[in-house]
Amino acid sequence: MGRDQQQQQQAAYTVEQLVAVNPYNPDILTDLENYVNEQVSSQTYSLDANLCLLRLYQFEPGRISIPIVVRILIKALMAMPAPDFSLCLFLIPEQVQMEEQIKTLIVLSHYLETARFRQFWEEAAKNRSTLEVVPGFEQAIQAYAIHVLSLTYQKVPRPVIAEAINIEGLSLDKFLEYHVANSGWVLEKGHSRSQLMVLPRNEFNHPELKKNTVDGMPFEHVTRIFPILS
Amino acid sequence: MSHPGRVHNPSRYVVPSLDEVLSFTGSAVAEAAQSLIPSASETLIDRSVARMASSYDYDDASLDSRYPRPPSAGQGSAGTDQGYDPNFVPDSVKTFVVHLYRHIREKNVYEIHQMYDGSFQRLSDRMFRECPWPSVEAIAPYVDNDHVFCLLYREMWFRHLYARLSPTGRQRVESWDNYCSLFSVVLHGVVNMQLPNQWLWDMVDEFVYQFQSYCQYRAKLKNKTEEELQLLRQYDQAWNVYGVLNYLQALVEKSAITDVLEREKEGLEQFTATDGYDYEGGTSNVLKMLGYYSMIGLLRVHCLLGDYHTGLKCLAPIDISQQGVYNVVIGSHISTIYHYGFANLMLRRYVEAIREFNKILLYILKYKQYHQKSPQYDQILKKNEQMYALLAICLSLCPQNNLVEENVNSQLRDKYNEKMTKMLRYDDEAYAVYDELFTYACPKFITPSAPVLEEPLTNYNQDAYRLQLKLFLYEVKQQQLLSGVRSFLKLYSTISIGKLAAYMEVDEPTLRTILMTYKHKMHAIDGDGKIIPNADVDFYISENL
Repeated sequence: MGRDQQQQQQAAYTVEQLVAVNPYNPDILTDLENYVNEQVSSQTYSLDANLCLLRLYQFEPGRISIPIVVRILIKALMAMPAPDFSLCLFLIPEQVQMEEQIKTLIVLSHYLETARFRQFWEEAAKNRSTLEVVPGFEQAIQAYAIHVLSLTYQKVPRPVIAEAINIEGLSLDKFLEYHVANSGWVLEKGHSRSQLMVLPRNEFNHPELKKNTVDGMPFEHVTRIFPILS
Repeated sequence: MSHPGRVHNPSRYVVPSLDEVLSFTGSAVAEAAQSLIPSASETLIDRSVARMASSYDYDDASLDSRYPRPPSAGQGSAGTDQGYDPNFVPDSVKTFVVHLYRHIREKNVYEIHQMYDGSFQRLSDRMFRECPWPSVEAIAPYVDNDHVFCLLYREMWFRHLYARLSPTGRQRVESWDNYCSLFSVVLHGVVNMQLPNQWLWDMVDEFVYQFQSYCQYRAKLKNKTEEELQLLRQYDQAWNVYGVLNYLQALVEKSAITDVLEREKEGLEQFTATDGYDYEGGTSNVLKMLGYYSMIGLLRVHCLLGDYHTGLKCLAPIDISQQGVYNVVIGSHISTIYHYGFANLMLRRYVEAIREFNKILLYILKYKQYHQKSPQYDQILKKNEQMYALLAICLSLCPQNNLVEENVNSQLRDKYNEKMTKMLRYDDEAYAVYDELFTYACPKFITPSAPVLEEPLTNYNQDAYRLQLKLFLYEVKQQQLLSGVRSFLKLYSTISIGKLAAYMEVDEPTLRTILMTYKHKMHAIDGDGKIIPNADVDFYISENL
């Protein structure tokens, strides 16, 4: 096992080197495809290598492999909030974007970009076979959902979290306990016996914590606050 | 001795890999070794002339014309009209090449620049408005048949052709051939001249321009003659994308320019301070500067392909927050910032794009008067207008209060006030405006793959542009509801979700998604993965159910 890992590491090193040193070369296309599969199985990610492959597909449209493109796009979705998915789409010809699986991924991306988590999880459930090929997908999207919540909320109701990460009941309890223990979340009791999660203070949900940026965005401009009155 | 002017046997055209490009050892190199390598006693450049290749302080009262690049509608094959005789060398041209040759041998960079930027334009205006310069074979005897000089002359010859006339398919291929020879000679490290930065920038800029032009040309198959199609079949390696990218990459690597820039940061090297010239040792600046400008060339090619992330990576060794050699030649300065800004726009880093567009637009406002007589003036004006359009787009997607300087802002309002108001409304008319401005201002995207030369022959030169436009408008659409949020946020210091939902005429769950979308879209991810807030107006939600 250790030796396999070492070999894998060596192979990864070589591909990254190739991309850095000699990327405009059709001979490395197969290596890059193998590297995509490796990223999937070892739950790693390399945007540069994947963009390099998509470029080569642009140069050699006869060699494009739809399953590989699908994997690259799923990996890119998992990188959200980074805009990697769009970056990949810019390099994929329109006809290829019409493929069923890719159309589905574009729809999923749209739901995530517009924070429509309920619709996202519904659609994802319908396309389990496409998404299953990439381990770690669910967790990555849940991390993105939490990220958006912590940008937006100081205190967030339990149902909102549940919808965002698609976990309910006992599993949700476990999930929340974990974050209380490890991420500084605090459980509060709101009115009518509902639960509230208080998310950690950061500069995005607490304007007074905002560091002064170079362009001197004044402190006052960021004090529009939104307490919800019941 | 093979003349660079002739079209070579197709077997010569192999896809140049990076290794091949770096180790080129054709006969051209041996010939180059005989030419333009002065002995130790030759004069070095005149040190007393400061900022030799800079285009400011450039004054030429007799030059009054500016010529735009002609539209691609052909004027027929160049050179067959008006009794053009490629072998006739007027006296003024004779004098021109003789003096230019001498100045290059003597490394008189200032004089070279005067001739390159001044005399060449004047002669072109006076005698070669509608026909090419004399052929390289005709002038070669006056310059000792110097191989490298002939390559340089040919480069200028083709550039003039593209600017004033319309190149044929064959001429496009010949020009590619010439660039291959020229770059190969430079890469092999045998040239020992100092050329003005303006000229070296123009070489790289023109190389990328001709590549883009060729991709457009060969994607328009519908009305091609059988002869043209045959040419495409025969010279299928001309202007191939691997060759273009690998030559640029090779120039970057062989020049070791990234090392030079690194060492300069640590104070171990003089580069920016001397504008890349070597006043002391008189070594050649050609490879180094071509390497430097090739980084900008790579940024540009990647933008044409739609790969904005890699394009920015190629530019990364150049620190655009500082003065540098990239802003010595105004064409290079503008091209760098235009493509940098555009790439950031597509990466949704609107604030970064706004900052850089603002800086360069202010610069152009202040200094364009000094370039009125320059042949680049029209290009400067065009890029200026395009960047105002991009700035208008950025500010509509990401309103900011303090980032645009007041004079730039008033220019912007003059040109685009009505359109910006429309864009903020996000109705159907808004999309039409976004479409219009994007189309006007975007680079000329290309389809890099080789054409399929079988029936049915179509024109697909617009495909790449249509894809980028579609994805851009898609992004705009996702931000559709955000402007509503923004205006309400400005009015209320606190408001309940229920009330805000009512005002915006959406239900509460929808409002929540809109608010989260706002937060997501208004926080860009920079190159290091850090989250950068972009919004001029911000909020948070605190629930007390």
